[in-house]
Amino acid sequence: MWLWLLRRLGQVIPTLLILSVLVFALQQLMPGDPALILAGEERGDPQVLAQIRAELMLDRPLHEQYLHWLWRVLHGDFGFSWRIRMPVGQLILEKLPVTFQLAAMSFVIGVAIGVPAGVMSAVWRDKPSDWAINGIALFGISMPNFWLGIMMILLFSVQLGWLPPSGYVPLWEDPVMSLQTTIMPAFVLGTGVASVLMRHTRAAMLGALSQDYVRTARAKGLSETFVVGKHALRNALIPVVTLGTIEFGRLLAGAVLTEQIFSIPGFGKLVVDAVFNRDYPVVQGVVMATALIFVTLSLIADMLYMAINPRLRTA
Amino acid sequence: MSGADIESGESPGRRALRRFAQHKLAMFGLVIVVIFVLAAALAPWIAPFDPMETNWSRLRQPPSWTHPFGTDENGRDVLSRVLHGARASMMAGVIAVGGAVLIGVPIGLLAGLGGKWMDMVISRVADAMLSIPFLILAIALAAFLGPALENAMLAIAISASPIFVRLARGMALDARNTDWVEAARAMGNPPWRIGLLHVLPNILPPLLVQATLAIAEAIIAEASLSFLGLGQQPPNPSWGSMLNSAQRFIESAPWLAIFPGLAIFLVVLAFNLVGDGLRDALDPRSQKR
Amino acid sequence: MIRRTLLAACAAIGLSAGIAEAQTQNLRIGLREDPDILDPTLARTFVGRIVFASLCDKLFDINEKLEIVPQLATGYSWEDPRTLLITLREGVRFHDGDVMDAEAVRYSLNRHLTMQGSFRRSEINTIEAMEVVGPLQIRIRLTGPSAPFLSQLTDRAGMIVSPRAAEAAGRNFGNRPICAGPFRFVERVAQDRIVVERFPEYWNAAAVHLNRITYLPIPDSTVRLANLQSGALEMVQTIDPDDVPAVRRNSRLRVSVSDELGYQGITINTGNGARAQTPMGQNPRVREAFELAIDRDAVNRVVYEGMFVPTAQPVPPANPMHIRDFRPEPRNVERARALLREAGITTPLRVEMTVPNNPDLRQVGEVIQAMVREAGFELRLNATEFATSLQAAARGEFETFLVAWSGRVDIDGNFWAFTHSRGAQNDGRYANPEVDRLLDAARIESNADARRALYAQAYQIAFRQDRHRIYLWHRKNIVAHTARLSGFVNVADGLIRPQGIRLQ
Repeated sequence: MWLWLLRRLGQVIPTLLILSVLVFALQQLMPGDPALILAGEERGDPQVLAQIRAELMLDRPLHEQYLHWLWRVLHGDFGFSWRIRMPVGQLILEKLPVTFQLAAMSFVIGVAIGVPAGVMSAVWRDKPSDWAINGIALFGISMPNFWLGIMMILLFSVQLGWLPPSGYVPLWEDPVMSLQTTIMPAFVLGTGVASVLMRHTRAAMLGALSQDYVRTARAKGLSETFVVGKHALRNALIPVVTLGTIEFGRLLAGAVLTEQIFSIPGFGKLVVDAVFNRDYPVVQGVVMATALIFVTLSLIADMLYMAINPRLRTA
Repeated sequence: MSGADIESGESPGRRALRRFAQHKLAMFGLVIVVIFVLAAALAPWIAPFDPMETNWSRLRQPPSWTHPFGTDENGRDVLSRVLHGARASMMAGVIAVGGAVLIGVPIGLLAGLGGKWMDMVISRVADAMLSIPFLILAIALAAFLGPALENAMLAIAISASPIFVRLARGMALDARNTDWVEAARAMGNPPWRIGLLHVLPNILPPLLVQATLAIAEAIIAEASLSFLGLGQQPPNPSWGSMLNSAQRFIESAPWLAIFPGLAIFLVVLAFNLVGDGLRDALDPRSQKR
Repeated sequence: MIRRTLLAACAAIGLSAGIAEAQTQNLRIGLREDPDILDPTLARTFVGRIVFASLCDKLFDINEKLEIVPQLATGYSWEDPRTLLITLREGVRFHDGDVMDAEAVRYSLNRHLTMQGSFRRSEINTIEAMEVVGPLQIRIRLTGPSAPFLSQLTDRAGMIVSPRAAEAAGRNFGNRPICAGPFRFVERVAQDRIVVERFPEYWNAAAVHLNRITYLPIPDSTVRLANLQSGALEMVQTIDPDDVPAVRRNSRLRVSVSDELGYQGITINTGNGARAQTPMGQNPRVREAFELAIDRDAVNRVVYEGMFVPTAQPVPPANPMHIRDFRPEPRNVERARALLREAGITTPLRVEMTVPNNPDLRQVGEVIQAMVREAGFELRLNATEFATSLQAAARGEFETFLVAWSGRVDIDGNFWAFTHSRGAQNDGRYANPEVDRLLDAARIESNADARRALYAQAYQIAFRQDRHRIYLWHRKNIVAHTARLSGFVNVADGLIRPQGIRLQ
């Protein structure tokens, strides 16, 4: 187990290093000189541009910029945002709870819809209810998030006036208000998760239901509910748990447009705005942070998988 | 391959086809896909109006008999634009995924069949790319390449390729340990030949499933990029760019947003259904009770 | 069953608290984007100026008639054409309790002039020397006469910061700005909100009725308006012209409209790199044909509900330097075609236009595209996001460019930088020595009539003869707010001044 963990860590570190190089390279490729943006109306003045470039080290060769950045990151310093001059570390810490709350809520919604839908659709395979559930569950990934989001705002905020259209209130400030501001984006994201979970639960359930022990249980005359609930579901859930962990990681990084539409100040909004403003320290910091979280969650997923399924440990 | 099938003497391909045909939801999806493909292909002939023809005396008119989907902010016929937009959106989906497969599969095979170092480097790069949020990667690439539909397709293709790298690598590693590949290797066949002749045919089924589902995702990605203005350029229609300009009129002229939105929903749903059906049909493990 | 209870609970929550009742005198304003750094010396964005309107008072302000009125200063006098004596208001305190005096003014102006990365330097770099005459008097010597100088002190360059706080915070001053405005900084959560609260010791405290203002950046205009309609905001910075009818119909909302200081226009690359080597870039007659093919009124009607003011010059009618007789020429496709023939152009002539990536400007592009097609132009649109377009503009990677400028009080800020050969924002690198001479002369001309005459000549050469830029229209500042809000004065600069605003 320890050896395995060590080996996995040995993969994680090069992955993160390569990622940081990729992010740096991508920035270099993108058009739009950050100094020009920062210079604003003085962009015609070469002296101002030179000054800004010098201050931000943009006049140094790329590898030097990169090594400098890496050195500082290893010391826990992600630099500061060029646009608003706040430390990137602080920005990340500020956004983490927001994104985490949104991800958690979306995940709960996704599980609440996806797992039962998957089980039911497997049990009623090829019956009209299977198709209906399939259709409903696929709804989530078949709608562009931004689209579903705008439509929900129109319905629930403008027409019905039930929910605030956008914005975010921290959970510890006003829990009720906080849930109200996050329920719509969480639903938008949750339907996507539900689709994925539904598919995999269904596949896993179908697999489990055809296994010998389930057949035996059935043959013993145990009730169908019992068979499905106790035997099949428990085994079917194993891949779902690991998948869920990865989906959760995806939620932390992937709520890009949804956060934009609902003005949720999380990672997604932070990084998209930073990309469009060429605020590179923020882009680097956030992408690295999300990747770190993602990689950690994948690691946890693997560990969970092994914990539930001990046979794999030796393999 | 399970014994039952060998006894029935049915080839795996034929069996998959039969299973797929019996899958009602998948067939339903396929019908929708076919309808949209036809609509896209025949758009110039079936669209009632020129999708680019502006008419400033009929701005944002609600659906009527002449304009079943209404008219847009430049007085253009929305139905005609949805039909022509189908070309851009479906092409974006298919070409982007085609590109992703062409980029991803050879690299994945190389990783699986090449040396240990090759595998390490490729896998780590693929992991790194997968840990960048898909849309961020696509936005960055689209900004780099410049705003145009073709560039958006390329950006989506590159962003989607790591999935195919992983898929191909995994299958190649599986195949590598089989007797016939080891035999082929012992006979001195180069890796590319092994990949082409022995591994590729085996990974076709999962590849087909993955590609179908990826098309669904790519259509959404194109819509998202166009929604951000990084895709199709005006005045040419794509569903995403139609939604982009519809945002301003969502309350006063909702039909501008509803019809392209519905089109995206239907096509993506259809591709998802087909993909799920293919998975069920091609997966040798899932059997009929 | 559980589901039904949950749904009912959701509904109940929504009805009781969802549309949270705004606490009295707490104003929530929706902004178009998240402001940049809140340091008057380093700030660049327009939305940032809206926040500064509550945080940082300026030496002078402007009123609805665009007249310069006192704020932290009580008066000024020109001792000679290049020496300005400013008298300051007595008893003004900064948010940290320190007294605002002539020394603080000297410190702040000097900070604008010398701080690394300052964006104010070019606005006030005509300052040669400053001398503190008394606690409330400062004398500023300029390198030469300057007509626009005073107007610069009505914007960020005229904002006075607390020297003690600025010295202590250094470059991080913007994270916690300490000025002498009616509100003091409370907190900022990036991309979420900026909160300010009433400053009890404000010099004009009687004019301040609000307790707290929260600025919320909401980029999507539909969502921004939805927030106003549902009562989650009391005010939004701008709404689209096509939303105006809906807001007007809503009895709980009010719309306030004023002319902006700036303009929208088309910059033509006439001398910036290889992309200027086109018929469009080299031949004024082709540009004339292009302009004649555009029907500004029709574009305005189609895209902006006819709300904007078609124009052919850089300043709006309210500006004293506006030339009434310099009007847009009516559309004339025949003449445009003839001009292209005369120029020996084989039509269709391909022209590329870079368009900002906003839905409304893309539509403007589409409408112009359809119009100029009739004259023989094949216009290709290139919708480009902001950062890319900035670089393209600076490097001359464009043929024509649909641009907007938020505008300045003095015409110099709308004209010189864009048309003078040394102008920082002259992206098409237009250069005409005669125009340069006229612009430089107008800059130091203190007599308004004489100055206007110089500009009239410059207009004629730059926009009728050379046509290096096509002005399209002046937009409007459209502020929407709840009917409970009163006392808002919509000044042309588009800022939201909190003084006088009250909530019922």
